[in-house]
Amino acid sequence: MSVTPDDVRHVARLSRLGLEEDRVPSLVAELNGILGHMDVLQQVDISAVPLTAPYHAAPLRDDALPADPLLRTRETFAPAARDGFFLVPRLTTHGALEAKVAEDA
Amino acid sequence: MTIDALRAHRVSDAWSVFDAVQAGPDGLNAFLSTDRTAVGNATGSLAGVPVAVKDNLATLHMPTTCGSKILDGYISPFEATAVRKLREAGAAIIGKTNMDEFAMGSSNENSAYGPVRNPVDRTRVPGGSSGGSAAAVASGVVRIALGSETGGSVRQPAAFCGIVGIKPTYGRVSRYGLVAYASSLDNVGVFGATVHEAALGLQVIAGHDRFDSTSANTLVPSLVPDLGTSDRPLTGLVVGKPREYFPASLDPRVAERCERALASLVALGAEVRDVSLPSTELAIPVYYIIAPAEASSNLARYDGVRYGHRAPAADLGTLYEQTRSQGFGAEVTRRILLGTYVLSAGYYDAYYKRAQAVRSLITQEFTQVFASGVHLLFTPTAPTTAFRLGEVSDPYEMYLSDIFTVTANLAGIPAMSLPVGRIDGLPVGGQFMAAPFDEATMLRAAAALERVLGAEAHQ
Repeated sequence: MSVTPDDVRHVARLSRLGLEEDRVPSLVAELNGILGHMDVLQQVDISAVPLTAPYHAAPLRDDALPADPLLRTRETFAPAARDGFFLVPRLTTHGALEAKVAEDA
Repeated sequence: MTIDALRAHRVSDAWSVFDAVQAGPDGLNAFLSTDRTAVGNATGSLAGVPVAVKDNLATLHMPTTCGSKILDGYISPFEATAVRKLREAGAAIIGKTNMDEFAMGSSNENSAYGPVRNPVDRTRVPGGSSGGSAAAVASGVVRIALGSETGGSVRQPAAFCGIVGIKPTYGRVSRYGLVAYASSLDNVGVFGATVHEAALGLQVIAGHDRFDSTSANTLVPSLVPDLGTSDRPLTGLVVGKPREYFPASLDPRVAERCERALASLVALGAEVRDVSLPSTELAIPVYYIIAPAEASSNLARYDGVRYGHRAPAADLGTLYEQTRSQGFGAEVTRRILLGTYVLSAGYYDAYYKRAQAVRSLITQEFTQVFASGVHLLFTPTAPTTAFRLGEVSDPYEMYLSDIFTVTANLAGIPAMSLPVGRIDGLPVGGQFMAAPFDEATMLRAAAALERVLGAEAHQ
């Protein structure tokens, strides 16, 4: 298995990372170098290892969620809030979206 | 005696050392922020004791940046459980320490705020990723500091700086408020100038926490070792010497310091037994699949919308991409891409699924060794002493710094490093590993070894 420039661009898109094109070749080399060392795992016989093997050092409790111990109400952590919602900066695409909604209506 | 020394080291002492070592072009750069008003409580086991905290643990009164531009200036609205416990025990939290960005690194050269220097030799790295906390203790600013571990980030810098570092059993200390890197491997750890001081810090922060679903609801025994007056306090203890941690390629000077420590353990009454952990050589490949895979998911939350840095952008997709590419450094970017790749369709089975299976093999081998009557394992902490700043540039070569430490994280068992000697003036660390939740035995053996090695450990 070998990482290609297209693979790097693809995983960068999946990761929401904007990459400069001149960074791609060095990342291809770095990832291939690292993954080359991982090939040793392909030789290991894992047929007898159940993937659901109990993980004794990772105890779990019931998935019951306690309240987060915040010092102040959630609204005080945001620059602005209204009617229990956070107010967020307007993106330029909002204007176009609103115009389209108005036009459709 | 050591606890008396700890209590004698007051906040004013910490600031005088801090002012001497932190600033200037050759300063340690060990701290990212400080709280000059911190005094601690008058009562509690750490009353008035100055303590430093790694910058990936949430604090109320200082920023929590994780050594990253993406969280520059971020102040958490809540505090980590480990920090709260220190504060309730009377400690004065005097500062947040520098670290490799999002705890990704083995040298502390990956911080967005510049590298940390090793107090023993300022041309060398302190180790990573908790290098700032290690340097804070080794320089004498504080005698206890919190760090965190994903693959050895407390023990390796402890070894490089000549101090004590403990990684507890996974679940022994709450991860609530620890910024996540790789959730199945992350631990809050403790640095101390001595075994007693590190143990005292661990005693304070250990215990069940309802805010961490992986926190163990297990009784915490007395962890601060009491050796009494016996000359052979380790009689009856069986210490395993795993042959895979003493390969022919190991620096003979590192091997010699560790052999000397093993001989001291025998003199203290312990039996040393040769054992084998054959999957050890697979640990680094397994770690560098699982940790980046988990990191690629955990770091998805840094999108410019929720908190931290936000790049100006005309649309949401560009906002995400520009924020993340501007905010993350080179090592974090590399690991996110690596993690996304090994989890992506077509490669998941070949990499991630296989790595999880081999992780189970590694865990099984430890379980079998401890079930065979071996109480502890003893190994070198790192294959080398601290290297020079900028000396290691190949990513995989850097990853090999953690070759003797990552297994404990993969298996979830407790482990610690303590000084066992020096090579050309640079510290060498010896590592104990124990069965899950048996930190007490590990600390008792370490305290006994520290007592007999004494000044020898620093030569």
